[in-house]
Amino acid sequence: MIEFKNIKKNFDGKVVLDDVSHVMETGKANLIIGQSGSGKTVLQKCLVGLFEPNAGEIIYDGVSFTTMNVDERKELRQQIGMLFQGSALFDSMTVEQNIMFPLDMFTTKHFSEKLKRVNEVLDRVNLDGINKKYPAELSGGMKKRVGIARAIVLNPKYLFCDEPNSGLDPQTSMVIDKLILDITREFNMTAVINTHDMNSVMEMGENIIYLFEGKKEWTGNKKDIIFSKNERLNGFIFASEFLQDAKDMRMLEAKGKISNDRDMDELLK
Amino acid sequence: MLFFNHFGRYLLMLKGMFTKPENMRVYWKEFMHQCVEIGIGSMGIVIIISVFMGAVSAVQTSYQLVSPLIPASTIAQIVRDTVILEFAPTVVCIVLAGVIGSKIASELGNMRVSEQIDALEIMGINTKAFLILPKILACLLTIPMLVVLSMVLGILGGRLAGTATGILSTDTYDMGLLLNFVPYNVFFALVKAYTFAFIISTIPSYYGYYVKGGALEIGRSSTKSVVVSCVMILFADYILAAILLDK
Repeated sequence: MIEFKNIKKNFDGKVVLDDVSHVMETGKANLIIGQSGSGKTVLQKCLVGLFEPNAGEIIYDGVSFTTMNVDERKELRQQIGMLFQGSALFDSMTVEQNIMFPLDMFTTKHFSEKLKRVNEVLDRVNLDGINKKYPAELSGGMKKRVGIARAIVLNPKYLFCDEPNSGLDPQTSMVIDKLILDITREFNMTAVINTHDMNSVMEMGENIIYLFEGKKEWTGNKKDIIFSKNERLNGFIFASEFLQDAKDMRMLEAKGKISNDRDMDELLK
Repeated sequence: MLFFNHFGRYLLMLKGMFTKPENMRVYWKEFMHQCVEIGIGSMGIVIIISVFMGAVSAVQTSYQLVSPLIPASTIAQIVRDTVILEFAPTVVCIVLAGVIGSKIASELGNMRVSEQIDALEIMGINTKAFLILPKILACLLTIPMLVVLSMVLGILGGRLAGTATGILSTDTYDMGLLLNFVPYNVFFALVKAYTFAFIISTIPSYYGYYVKGGALEIGRSSTKSVVVSCVMILFADYILAAILLDK
C-alpha cells in the first residue's frame, strides 16, 4: 500500500500538484487519470522520488518515504519496478542484457540462474526468441513488454506504469493492460498506472484518482465512473459524443427505460 | 549569475559521483567498456593527426630556417619540442574534445531524454557514479596514453618527412632529437594531458546529463559542450604554461 498525504509540487512558482492525498491499494491496479498537464506524471515521479514534493508525505507500507535517507531510498527502490512511457530500454544492450541488468547490479547469482530468470519473465510477458535482439529491432508493443519484464525481474512489491499504452494500437493496448492487471494480481503488487486512455480505465480501473489542474477531483472505480455526476470527470471521460451516447444508454438501461437492443439502436441514431 | 549557476551544478555533479558502488563488478565492466570506447576508439584519428603534424612541422621549420649557420639538426630539436610541448597534448586534446566530448554529451543526453537515466535512478542506482565516473576515469587513463603515443608518432612523422624530402638525414635527425633534451617537458605535457582529460570528460558529461528537451537540445548541448571544452582547454593551457614554465 502506498499512501500519500497533502502532496504539493511547484515548478518555478507554477502550482502543478495542490494538496493531493490518496491511498494506492495492494493487489489492485490503481489508476491516476486526468487530462494532459493535469499533474499525473509529476505525481507519479514524486511517488518514486524522481521529484521532491514541496510539501506532503509519502508512505510505503507504513514507512515514510519522505524522511528516508539516500541509502534507505536505494533499498526501497529495489522493490520498485517502473514501466516508462517510451519503455526506456538501454539502446546499447540486447533484450537479454536489459532484463538481466537489475540482476547483475543487485544479485550475486550465477549467470545461468540469471538467464533462467530472464527467460521466465520473458515467457511471462509472452515474448520468446528475442533475447539477442536490440530495442531498435522491436515493435512498440514488444518494447513495452520487455519494459514490463525488466520491471518485474526482481519481484518488486510496487509497479509504476507511466502511460503504458501511449503510441500503441487499441488491440496491443488491451494486451498490455491485461498483462499489467494479471501481473499485479499474480504477484500481489501495488500497481500505480498513469493513463488517459479510457479503454485502460474500463479494463483496469479498480481504484481511480482523477486529477484536474493538479487537484484531486474525484476518486472511485470503473463502475462509479459511469454513474458519476462530477461534471469535470464526465467532460474528461465522455469527451466523444459516442461515449456520451453510450453513457446515456447505460443510464437509461439502468433505470429500466430501455429493455432491448432495438431501442438501443434507435437511441444511437 | 548564469555562470555561477552552471558552475555550482557542475561541482554538485562531481560531488554526487563519489558514493559506494552498488556492484563493483558491473562498475569495473563499464569502466573497461569506456576505456575501449574512448582509448581504442580515438586511436585512429590520433595516429593520423600526429604523423601529419610532425611531418608538416619538420617541412615548415626547414622552410623558415634559411641561415646556413644553423645546423640541420636544429629542425629535429624544434619538431621534438613543439610536438612534446604543444602539438601532442593541446592539439590532440582539442581534437579529442570534439571526438570524445560530443560522444559523451550526446550519449548521456539521449539517455536523459529517453528516460533511461530515470530508469536507472528508479532501480536505485547512482546514475552520476555509474554513468559519469567510469567515463572520467577512462579519460584520465587513456588520454595521457594517447598523448604519449602522439608524441612518438609526431616525432616519427617529422623524421619520415625530413628524410623523404631530403631536408636532413636520419642520423642528423636522431642526433638533433638527443641534443638539449629536457625531460621536464614530458612531465609538463603529461600534466597538461591529465588536466585536459578531466576537462574533456567532465564538461560534456555535465551538458549531456542535464539536457532538457528532445533531439534538437541534444545536438545543441553536444555542440556547446565541445565549444566550452575547447575554450577551457586553451585557458588551462595558458594557465599551466604560466605556472609550470615560469623561469
